[in-house]
Amino acid sequence: MGAQLLHELLEDSVGRHADRVAVVEPDVAEISYTELNRLANTICETLRANGVGGGDRVGIHISKSIASLASIFGILKCGAAYVPVDSTAPAARNGFIFTDCAVRFVISRNPEGTGLDVSGAISHPFGDDDKFLSDLMLVPGASEKSAENVADASDLAYILYTSGSTGKPKGVMLTHGNGLAFVDWCSDTFAPNEEDRFSSHAPFHFDLSILDIYLSIKHGARLVLIGEDAGRQPKTLASLIADERISIWYSTPSILRLLLEIKDIDAYDHSCLRIVFFAGEVFPIKHLRALTELWPHPRYFNLYGPTETNVCTYYEVPMPLPAKRDEPVPIGIVCSGDTAVVMDEQDQEVSQGAEGELYITGPSVTSGYWNLPERNAVAFHTDAAGTKWYKTGDIVRQEDDGDYIYISRRDRMIKRRGYRVELGEIESALYRHDSITEAAALAIPDEDGGLIVKAFINWTGEERASIIKLKRFCMENLPAYMIPDRFSVQPALPKTSTDKIDYQRLKEMD
Amino acid sequence: MTENAESIKGTVKEYVLSEFLPGEDPDALEDDTPLITGGIMDSIATVKFSLFVEEKYGVELQAHELSADYIDTLSAMGTLIESKLGE
Repeated sequence: MGAQLLHELLEDSVGRHADRVAVVEPDVAEISYTELNRLANTICETLRANGVGGGDRVGIHISKSIASLASIFGILKCGAAYVPVDSTAPAARNGFIFTDCAVRFVISRNPEGTGLDVSGAISHPFGDDDKFLSDLMLVPGASEKSAENVADASDLAYILYTSGSTGKPKGVMLTHGNGLAFVDWCSDTFAPNEEDRFSSHAPFHFDLSILDIYLSIKHGARLVLIGEDAGRQPKTLASLIADERISIWYSTPSILRLLLEIKDIDAYDHSCLRIVFFAGEVFPIKHLRALTELWPHPRYFNLYGPTETNVCTYYEVPMPLPAKRDEPVPIGIVCSGDTAVVMDEQDQEVSQGAEGELYITGPSVTSGYWNLPERNAVAFHTDAAGTKWYKTGDIVRQEDDGDYIYISRRDRMIKRRGYRVELGEIESALYRHDSITEAAALAIPDEDGGLIVKAFINWTGEERASIIKLKRFCMENLPAYMIPDRFSVQPALPKTSTDKIDYQRLKEMD
Repeated sequence: MTENAESIKGTVKEYVLSEFLPGEDPDALEDDTPLITGGIMDSIATVKFSLFVEEKYGVELQAHELSADYIDTLSAMGTLIESKLGE
C-alpha cells in the first residue's frame, strides 16, 4: 500500500533512495534523502517539544531553500498543517494570514516580517550548529494548545492563501488525501523516475509547488530549488536548466516566455528536458509555438486547476503544434479520480458543447476555505445526490472529443454594447500581433455608467506603437464591439508573486 | 477645400484624437485615415460624434450619415459638416 500521508512519501523514499540527492539549492548545497529526512525530524521534534501536534497550523516564512523544504516535512511529520507565505510580502499581509488561521508558530528568519508579536520569538530553536537550520527562529502565534491526535488522510496538510476578491487573502484548506490523490494521479499519468530532475520554480505558497515537491520526493528524484530572483532572470533560468540537467519543468507560461527573449538560447544544452508542464494562466499560442520550435523534443502538458481542486484537467500538446492553430490549446480532459461538469447559472448541466461554468468534484478537491462559511456557501454546489461540487468560476465548453476549452473567468465576461465580451478573447487577438509580447484587457467603468475596454500591451516593435494601427489590427481580428477603447503601452506588465499578470495592479494604474 | 473646411477638419481632428485616440501622436492621424472601417470609431462613437457636431456647429447629422460612406475620414467629416452649414 502506498503512502497515506504526504510526509510518508519522504520516509518511503529514504528507505529506497537513502543516499541519492533529494534536493539541490544551487550554489548552496545538495543533500540526500537521508539528510532531508534528518532535518525534517529535527524540526518535527522541536515543534513537538514546543507543544505543536495534530490539528495545529505552523507558518513558513522563509524564502525557498533547503530549510523551507525541510520545514514543510517537519511540520507534516508532527501532524500539523503548514501555511507557507511569500516572505517578501508586506508584514501586514503575512500577519493577516497567520492570525486568520491561528498558527501555533511561524518558522522565520526575519520575525518582523511575519506581522506577529515577536516578543516571544525563540532563537535557534533547532540548535545553533546546524548548517541549514541554525539561523531560524520560531515566532509564536495566538493559537491554543493542540489536541495530540496523529494525522490521518482527512487531516489538513497545508493551507494556501490566494488573493480574494474582497481584498483579503482566503485560505484554501487541503488535506493529505487531497494532495496525495493529485500526486498519485501524476505518477500514473507521467511516470517519473528516480533519474528525473524536477524544477521547483513556483514559490511554496503557490499550488504549482505541490507537484514539484511531492512528485519528485515520491519517486526518489532530484528537486532543484529555484529562488525568486533567479526564477525571473531568463539567462539564469537557461543556465540552471542546462547545468542542473532538469528533465521535468513546471512553471507559468509567463516564465517560459522569458526564455524566448534570450538571443543566444541555442548556446544552452537543454536536451535534458523531457516534460514541460505549464499552468496558471493561458499560454498565448504564438509563444507556445515559439517554445516548441525552440525545444522540439520534450512533451508539453497544459495542466489546469484552481488551487481549490489541484490540477483537475490536463492536455498534452500535439507535436508539432498544428500550423493552423491560432487559439490557445485546450485545458484537456478531466484527470481520473475527479469528475467535471459544465453548468449554467441555475446549476443545471448545459447541453454538450455549450458554454457554462466548470464544476469539479473528487478526491483532490478542497473541503473549503479556512474560517469563511459565507464564502464556502457560494463556492460549492451540492447536487440532489448529495455530491459537493467546487464551482471554479471558469467558463468552458467541451469539444466533441472530450477536451475542455477554456473561455474566460466568469468575472472577466462583460456586457458591452449589449454584446457579451470575453476579455480573454481580446487578449488572444492582441497576441496575434507580431510586436505584442504581453497583453491584458480590462473593463473600466466610464462616466456614462457603461464600460470601456482598456488594453495594456508590451510593445516590442521598432516604431512607436500607433493606436490607429492597433485599432485597425483589432478591426481585422475582432468584431467592432470588442475593439479596445484605450491602449496603454507598458515596458512590461506587472506580475503577481505567482508570476501571473497582475490585473489588480493594472486596474490601479488606470 | 475652403478655409472653413480646413478649420472644421482641425476641430474634428482634435475631437477624434481626444475622444477615440488618447495617447496617439497627432501626426499619425491623417486626413484620409479610415476611422470607421479602421476600427477607431464604432456605432456608439459615431453617435457621440454627431452630438459633438450638433453642439459645436448646430447642424444635425442624419442616421444614414453616421456611416463609413459619409464620415470615414477627417476629410469626409469636414466636407459633410461644411455642406450642412451651407444649406
